[in-house]
Amino acid sequence: MNELLRRMLFLPEQASTFARDVDNLHYFVIITTMVMSAAVGFTALAFFWRFRRKEKNQATPVVNPTVGLEIAFVAIPLAFFLLWFTIGFKDFSRYTNPPPNAMDVYVMGKQWMWKFAYPDGPNAIGVLHVPANRPVRLLITSRDVLHSFFVPAFRLKMDAVPGRYNQAWFTATKPGRYQVFCAEYCGTQHSKMWAEVIVLAPETFDEWIKEQRRGIASRQDVLADTDLVSVQGNLEEQGKRVAMTQGCFKCHTVNGDTHIAPTWLDLYQRKTKLQDGSSLIADEAYLTESMMDPRAKIVAGYQPVMPSYQGKISGPETAALVAFIKSLHSDHLSSGPTPGPLSYPSQGTVYEPADSNR
Amino acid sequence: MNPQTATAEPEHAVDPDARPALHYLNNGTTVKSWLLTVDHKRIALMYLVSVLLAFLLGGIFAMVIRLELLTPGPTIIEALTYNRMFTLHGMVMIFLFMIPAIPAVFGNFFLPIMLGAKDVAFPRWNLASFYVYLVGASFALWGMIHGGVDTGWTFYTPYSTSTTDAIVPVLFGVFVIGFSSILTGLNFIVTTHTLRAPGITWMKMPLFVWAIYATSIIQVLATPVIGLVSLLVAAEHAFGFGIFDPARGGDPILFQHLFWFYSHPAVYIMVLPAMGVISEVICAFSRKNIFGYKMIALSSIGIALVGFFAWGHHLFTSGESAFDAGAFSVISMLVGVFTAIKVFNWVGTLYKGAISFTAPFAYICGFLFFLVFGGMTGVALATVSLDVHWQDTYFVVAHFHFIMVGATIMAFLAGLHYWFPKMFGKRYPEGWALVAAALIVIGFNATFIPQFLLGNAGMPRRYYEYPERFQALNVASTAGASLLAFGFILIAIYLLLSLRYGKPAGANPWGSKGYEWDTTSSPPDTHNFHGQPVYTRGPHEYNELPDDLKEVDHAS
Repeated sequence: MNELLRRMLFLPEQASTFARDVDNLHYFVIITTMVMSAAVGFTALAFFWRFRRKEKNQATPVVNPTVGLEIAFVAIPLAFFLLWFTIGFKDFSRYTNPPPNAMDVYVMGKQWMWKFAYPDGPNAIGVLHVPANRPVRLLITSRDVLHSFFVPAFRLKMDAVPGRYNQAWFTATKPGRYQVFCAEYCGTQHSKMWAEVIVLAPETFDEWIKEQRRGIASRQDVLADTDLVSVQGNLEEQGKRVAMTQGCFKCHTVNGDTHIAPTWLDLYQRKTKLQDGSSLIADEAYLTESMMDPRAKIVAGYQPVMPSYQGKISGPETAALVAFIKSLHSDHLSSGPTPGPLSYPSQGTVYEPADSNR
Repeated sequence: MNPQTATAEPEHAVDPDARPALHYLNNGTTVKSWLLTVDHKRIALMYLVSVLLAFLLGGIFAMVIRLELLTPGPTIIEALTYNRMFTLHGMVMIFLFMIPAIPAVFGNFFLPIMLGAKDVAFPRWNLASFYVYLVGASFALWGMIHGGVDTGWTFYTPYSTSTTDAIVPVLFGVFVIGFSSILTGLNFIVTTHTLRAPGITWMKMPLFVWAIYATSIIQVLATPVIGLVSLLVAAEHAFGFGIFDPARGGDPILFQHLFWFYSHPAVYIMVLPAMGVISEVICAFSRKNIFGYKMIALSSIGIALVGFFAWGHHLFTSGESAFDAGAFSVISMLVGVFTAIKVFNWVGTLYKGAISFTAPFAYICGFLFFLVFGGMTGVALATVSLDVHWQDTYFVVAHFHFIMVGATIMAFLAGLHYWFPKMFGKRYPEGWALVAAALIVIGFNATFIPQFLLGNAGMPRRYYEYPERFQALNVASTAGASLLAFGFILIAIYLLLSLRYGKPAGANPWGSKGYEWDTTSSPPDTHNFHGQPVYTRGPHEYNELPDDLKEVDHAS
């Protein structure tokens, strides 16, 4: 029955736990609509025939509805609508409340691609790998205009709004590949802003992500690997650890590359041009302010997407972060092979902490 | 109301059959006598010509869109041109055609006549509103065609504030057109309050007047908000203020709230007058008093008021809280209840009537079909969890075309055919009209039913290219659109020919007891009446008919 109705209505396959619920309500709504409309339609048709004009100058009696009929006219549709609402709202409340054990994935829309990032790596463009049968929470934002992350097979859609994160979650049920569309008009290539969700069996996914992270460890993102950092390090090392745990490296690079946010390399004492046209020298006060009130001063060319860390990082942690940023100078970069496991020259220059051999 | 006095004749009754020698059409034949007229009927005709031109333009854009979508890849135009096309189509159809169509044409022409008045309360404002409309329309069209705007008619920020500069004249055009809408609405409200002839109490007003009155309330209250939004977006664009663009510290969601605070009620600006037309036409052709007059009249006011609090259902997937979504969902459904009341009462009107299946009646059937399915899919869309899948897909496109094109255009055509003899004193060919009606109803279904299925299948709207699995349904939709276009061309041909070669209509060819028919000649005199009409009965009372009631012989 489900399969027949699904095909009749051209619905895509049902590949998430929501899909089945949404479709069941869909069937219920469409069937009641059809039955009610048929009742009204056939009544009208019967009237057309029964009360067709028989003579040119035909008078008709005055007929007005009884109070009971008027009440029925209001009550019957209202009852059905509220029933649909009750079911739909119950489901919707579930969609908007991710379970606490959900795996997080950051989703960022930009003209005209989707970027995905797992909190501990890896990053990907255009392909999102998720495990089947485990809840996944998407934290969706945009770095330019509005987009909307739409996976028809999951019956999932959430707008990507610049300057804020929207969350959506799902539990995929079947391993496979599923198309992602952008559903909110975003410019010339809007209809080409596609991506793909690849659902893997849970064990396969665990293997996959382990493999990916091993790959990262051998590259520049080594910073994300906490094992390499001594817990009792100096202030700069502490700052690096704070940056990792707070996810700063999702947007800020330390090797001079431009990413979502300005690079930290050579940031300290750099003359920085702001969006409003003014410029400043990045000193400790500016760095601290940018963590606590990121929108106070926006660097020219960047979106104000950074959340405030007010209350999220303590005073000593802030100081450590500032110290870490101060330590990042390009004259500390080594060009040749470096000692330790950190020496994979992936993108020209590689950040090598000045104190790595301390 | 007293059934004993069912006949309401003005003091100086006109000969029912003769086409009057002097009437509003030939009372002054210079160009100036048209351009500077303050006669509500002539202004209505000038509006008619303008909105029909806009409809033609919007229709051509629609056909270009449908042709482009014949194949999954590029077909006839480039992506950027396509994006401009759907922007033009939406803008022209909504702001230049749909919003003024019924109120400014039929409302202007018949509201004063139905109230037994010589003209609207402020005839000069009425003329001014027409020119304001023209100025706004020129700005918008010039901006769109010359500059090229590809934002869609919704102007969502920050896309609209961070891309083309041509949006500024377009938004200014929208701002100016808004004043035309406000002036017309205010004029109708005042006219309805102050110019009702003796005997027309509130509960004896024709239902068309009720519908236009409810529409006018929305026009006056909601339109300032779209004016404000347009100015804010233009200001952000021109001066770089951070209002809606997060890169400048603005909030794009704020834009959506403000935009839909106007644009959702605007849907009722488009559909309420249509409901009013249907209430008139269904009485005339089933020759029957309306079933549940009070419920139909008050449900118009109900829709007007509730419509103001439903806008949030456009934001279900924008990160709106579950509580807000639930509240907007229930409020939106109330609109569905008010609409259902009307549908039931219209069907009830047929009961014990004397139905004559003419072209206007065929459009009533189309209207009821489209309103029921357009309305029910609207309630389905308001059901929050279902909307998550459908939002921004072709399902939404099909839904609002069912309401706006389906319901509103059916009513517009029903009204045009029903009132054509009154407006021009000529008859149209009934046989051709029925053929065109069939073409349009079938073509319309063939165009938009595949789009519902495309939405189910997950095809997002505003897509220039699409995956191949969507092609079959897109081809079906384009084929349907061609039928639809053919139907409209047929109507244009026979109506234009009827203007010249049509048989004289006589004062009341339908035997209608609507106020506008049995108190004036066709076409009406410049002053509508030869004296102060006094009404002793309600509109559309058919329990006692005079012996000499005329009826048009069909398929003339």
